[in-house]
Amino acid sequence: MFALVANQKVVIDWPCFWVVLGGSFLPRGVYTVLLFKMQFMLLFSRQGKLRLQKWYVPLSDKEKKKITRELVQTVLARKPKMCSFLEWRDLKIVYKRYASLYFCCAIEDQDNELITLEIIHRYVELLDKYFGSVCELDIIFNFEKAYFILDEFLLGGEAQETSKKNVLKAIEQADLLQEEAETPRSVLEEIGLT
Amino acid sequence: MALKIVKGSIDRMFDKNLQDLVRGIRNHKEDEAKYISTCIDEIKQELKQDNIAVKANAVCKLTYLQMLGYDVSWAAFNIVEVMSSSKFTYKRIGYLAASQCFHENTDVIMLTTNQIRKDLSSPNQYDTGVALTGLSCFVTPDLARDLANDIMTLMSHTKPYIRKKAVLIMYKVFLKYPESLRPAFPRLKEKLEDPDPGVQSAAVNVICELARRNPKNYLSLAPLFFKLMTSSTNNWVLIKIIKLFGALTPLEPRLGKKLIEPLTNLIHRSFSSRVLIFICFGFFKLAHKKSFSDVIVSLCYITVLISLSSGMPNHSASSVFLRISVVKYLGLLAMSKILKTHPKSVQSHKDLILQCLDDKDESIRLRALDLLYGMVSKKNLMEIVKKLMIHVDKAEGTTYRDELLTKIIDICSQSNYQYITNFEWYISILVELTRLEGTRHGHLIASQMLDVAIRVKAIRVFAVAQMATLLDNAHLLTGNMQRNGICEVLYAAAWICGEFSEHLENPVQTLEAMLRPKVATLPGHIQAVYVQNAAKLFATILKNQEGNTDSTAAQETSQMMIDRLPLFVQSANLEVQERASCILQLVKYIQKLQQKDVEVAEEVSALFAGELNPVAPKAQKKVPVPEGLDLDAWINEPPSESESEDEQPKAIFTKEEPKHSRPRHTEVDEKELARRREARKQEQANNPFYIKASPSSQKVYQEAPGVEHIPVVQIDLSVPLKVPGLPMSDQYVKLEEERRQKERAEKKKKEKKKRKEKRSGRGKKHDSGPESEEDITPAHVVDIVTEEMPEKSSKHKKKKQKKEKEEKEKKKKKKHHHHHHHSDGGGEESVQNGTVEEEEPLTFLVFPLPRKVCDIQGNLQDGSQVVVSVIFENKSDSFLKSMEFNVLDSLNSKLQRPEGSGPHDGLTVPFQLPPGVSNEARFVFTVQSIVMPQKLKGTLTFIVKDSSTHEKLDFKLHFTCTSYLITTPCYSDAFAKLLESGDLKSSSVRLEGVNMPFHHLLARICFHHHFSVVERIDSCASMYSRSIQGHHVCLLVKTSGQTVSIDAKCDEPTLLGNVLDEIKQTFSQC
Repeated sequence: MFALVANQKVVIDWPCFWVVLGGSFLPRGVYTVLLFKMQFMLLFSRQGKLRLQKWYVPLSDKEKKKITRELVQTVLARKPKMCSFLEWRDLKIVYKRYASLYFCCAIEDQDNELITLEIIHRYVELLDKYFGSVCELDIIFNFEKAYFILDEFLLGGEAQETSKKNVLKAIEQADLLQEEAETPRSVLEEIGLT
Repeated sequence: MALKIVKGSIDRMFDKNLQDLVRGIRNHKEDEAKYISTCIDEIKQELKQDNIAVKANAVCKLTYLQMLGYDVSWAAFNIVEVMSSSKFTYKRIGYLAASQCFHENTDVIMLTTNQIRKDLSSPNQYDTGVALTGLSCFVTPDLARDLANDIMTLMSHTKPYIRKKAVLIMYKVFLKYPESLRPAFPRLKEKLEDPDPGVQSAAVNVICELARRNPKNYLSLAPLFFKLMTSSTNNWVLIKIIKLFGALTPLEPRLGKKLIEPLTNLIHRSFSSRVLIFICFGFFKLAHKKSFSDVIVSLCYITVLISLSSGMPNHSASSVFLRISVVKYLGLLAMSKILKTHPKSVQSHKDLILQCLDDKDESIRLRALDLLYGMVSKKNLMEIVKKLMIHVDKAEGTTYRDELLTKIIDICSQSNYQYITNFEWYISILVELTRLEGTRHGHLIASQMLDVAIRVKAIRVFAVAQMATLLDNAHLLTGNMQRNGICEVLYAAAWICGEFSEHLENPVQTLEAMLRPKVATLPGHIQAVYVQNAAKLFATILKNQEGNTDSTAAQETSQMMIDRLPLFVQSANLEVQERASCILQLVKYIQKLQQKDVEVAEEVSALFAGELNPVAPKAQKKVPVPEGLDLDAWINEPPSESESEDEQPKAIFTKEEPKHSRPRHTEVDEKELARRREARKQEQANNPFYIKASPSSQKVYQEAPGVEHIPVVQIDLSVPLKVPGLPMSDQYVKLEEERRQKERAEKKKKEKKKRKEKRSGRGKKHDSGPESEEDITPAHVVDIVTEEMPEKSSKHKKKKQKKEKEEKEKKKKKKHHHHHHHSDGGGEESVQNGTVEEEEPLTFLVFPLPRKVCDIQGNLQDGSQVVVSVIFENKSDSFLKSMEFNVLDSLNSKLQRPEGSGPHDGLTVPFQLPPGVSNEARFVFTVQSIVMPQKLKGTLTFIVKDSSTHEKLDFKLHFTCTSYLITTPCYSDAFAKLLESGDLKSSSVRLEGVNMPFHHLLARICFHHHFSVVERIDSCASMYSRSIQGHHVCLLVKTSGQTVSIDAKCDEPTLLGNVLDEIKQTFSQC
């Protein structure tokens, strides 16, 4: 029924990276704040369908559409083994593919590509934790949740919280609030039904 | 009421929720747009209902549609409604929708101010958090102004969750409403020491961003950040702080020095933290510190290189988070940063970088190309270009190929063809490049051809032969002209063949090639050059043929011209038409004369007489205005002004006339000047004989308008475009190799000789290490035309030099920086070394403290005269008068005295000296031989006014050999010829422990010993000077570490020996 490869699990190969490069540059378990400036973040599928977009710079809808179209084309045209960075207009584009989804960020020239890769990965990890083996369909059907997680993680293009635990705690508590609010309604619904 | 709620709930049952919408869209692949438009209609219905749950659901769906690219701005008000719901569930959806859909121009934002304020002060931290998050996306200047205070209060909220968000959002507020910065800053600074590390980092983040925009204001925070940097263990905070210091260091240089140590520690500590290392690179790039410790470079560098070269062999690519390409890219990036400061260390990795050119990834290839530009040297240029040429052949996609082409030309032509040793090779590279199909850079190649042919005289024969072949095979180039600009090359080819036609082997054939009917299909500006140069060629041919007894050949040529030229007379291009008809008439006339057996060749070639010399753009400025010439003065008396003024009131109807008749010199205003300048520039740009300052500005030829309109016969070429008969550039690589080997062999021979000499007690030791950069001598030499070297173009060379000399003298006198004072005997004696070029102190014993400074200058006009300018300064308190200057003549040098005076009489100094005053007097000496330095003893007698006593002052005048040298500029080609001539004797000297930069060293030699630098390549320079009697003195100065070796050649060995001794002395003193 679904044309997309939906149930493929996102492979997290982060630990391998630690082994390869021989160490960590992000102290684990410590409250850390990622420091960088992002212009926008796009999530799109291999078919070029946009799944998520977050803009941290004010642009008109027309411009946003144009940029999205152009970028999706450029990134999709690149072969799997090519490098994750490209220079585009006066921005640097950092992208990474997880299963069928591309995560793509634009940063300014002075910003660091590696941190951005780290951000992307951190976000994927968060999604994975929240949904439990996240797949593309999770993001499609719960896109507002994906946004909420992103908003807890990044604020105005700056990373505000890297501790996964903290982000998830905040999201869970907010969800709890939401459920509390929803409970009376479901009761009403039952009344409505009966 | 209850019923209404129940009704709403029932309605909701049938509403689509988000999941339904998404599913629906996926099921309607074919008619998605139609399906969505029905959905939007449903949403509109839902938004009209009172039930907030229904509304929220609708807004949620709209947010999804907005992402798919549908316009939802019409629902802005409904979004605000949902935002203001008291329930967190709906509020959350509302704020999300707002953050996605709203932008600065959304007018409903004004309505949200109070709602947001309420949410910010909500007791529920998540309400506040959601509001802050949303605000960060759609904050406007108005919102920023209204809410700045509320957010500022939140910065001291009890919950770190809120504090953190508030601090971060303050940055956005500052951007929108800068006035808030001042009141908020103290609190922000406080947050740097917040107990919660998250808040602290947020504050660092904001301040660093602010500082990046305007570093000056944040210098005062440097100590605080310094403390943070040494104490913090958080790499991410460190990265930001280092970045901040990168911005601060240019403003406060002392900071850079202070930072080296903590930074080195940091890098040691987190050796594997690549991010930090790259940031450190960035910092050093910004800081431009010379104290940039080599340890850091090599450290960072090795890390990068290891990963680059080894490509992580132990792990299969699939499991590697960072792919090899990523590391490669970063490695190249880092290298380009290091290249600026440490070019040598990058150069050793040339092969690695060349390998990157093979990479599939274009971003890596382009990075590698950038690097190559910076790392070429004489030694590796040919090799690199050869590799690039291979890539040009292989490259797919014209953009990358064009990029390669421009890079090849850039690399070769950088800094005045500094790295090209063999121009024949370069010409053949250019010719090979013309074979590229579909390139846009024809004009670039053309301008390079012109430039090289004009400036490198030795190459002209070869270039002309190549260009003739090109012209002969023009049809291959113009085959698919519509698509490519390569036919621009023919412009250069035609011009070179015409201008230097005397070098042509077979001019008649070339002339024939230039007048082929196919030429008419070329763009107009090229045709014009063809026609004009055909005429030049014609003149040369006539000249050649006229010597022969058989005049039919010459007449045949004329006939050919007459037959072929009408084709161009009909050209649609005005320029072509005009030139062609002009030349046609000329040839007809010549033919008539030829039939009468009149010799015309001389006159015809007079049309194109005169050699072309490269002229620097600012040359005219350097030509001094001859004395007595007032450029502003009228040559003819202008019509008197009063006349026209008188006329004006009378002649009402002819008012304009006098205005026209009078030159309007006074009315030239700024605008007019600018316009004229522009016009002149335009003119220069269109003049191929005019050489611009930089090669890039030589893009003289614009895209020919109307190329498309010229009918072109398409030739389908199945064979690769290879112009027959042209040599391949590759063979030059081989030739060059051979040449160098030969040179090396010669050098070795020399060395052996030297060694032998050494054994016999003479000669200097030579390094016999591997071939170094400076050993490669260019096969051809370029006339370097920079802005500073216009002499060649100037007829006023002599005068100018004189002027320069005078100026230099003046300067020297201002810079008396060798003041050795020491006391001797009873009185104070100041030993002055006035001639800066004279290193042995020239002693002036000054009793009543007049100070004397002296400058010895050779007289250019007269080979046997030396002018000594002496500055007398009265340092005493008394008035000095009746000064007499006398020198004891030697056999070799004599003071020139006025006629009639005896050989021992003194010369009266033509002035008196009040206390504290200085004045200059000049004395002329006649010198016979200049090869030896010598000292003359002299006395100065004077009367001290107050005491009326006769005082005497003894001094010594030291004529060094250097003072017989005159700074004479020399061109590298002349210099090479001079060295080749072989009648110079050589000698060498070695200076140890010279601890100064190479350019200082050169400047010192130039300044103290009157040399001029001919050419400088890295740590090697050739210098030249000339003595007043016309001896040439050539120096080759090389430096390695603290050792400087000077190889010198001169036609007078004694003079040379003395000059070298003096140079040695100069450096032994420092």
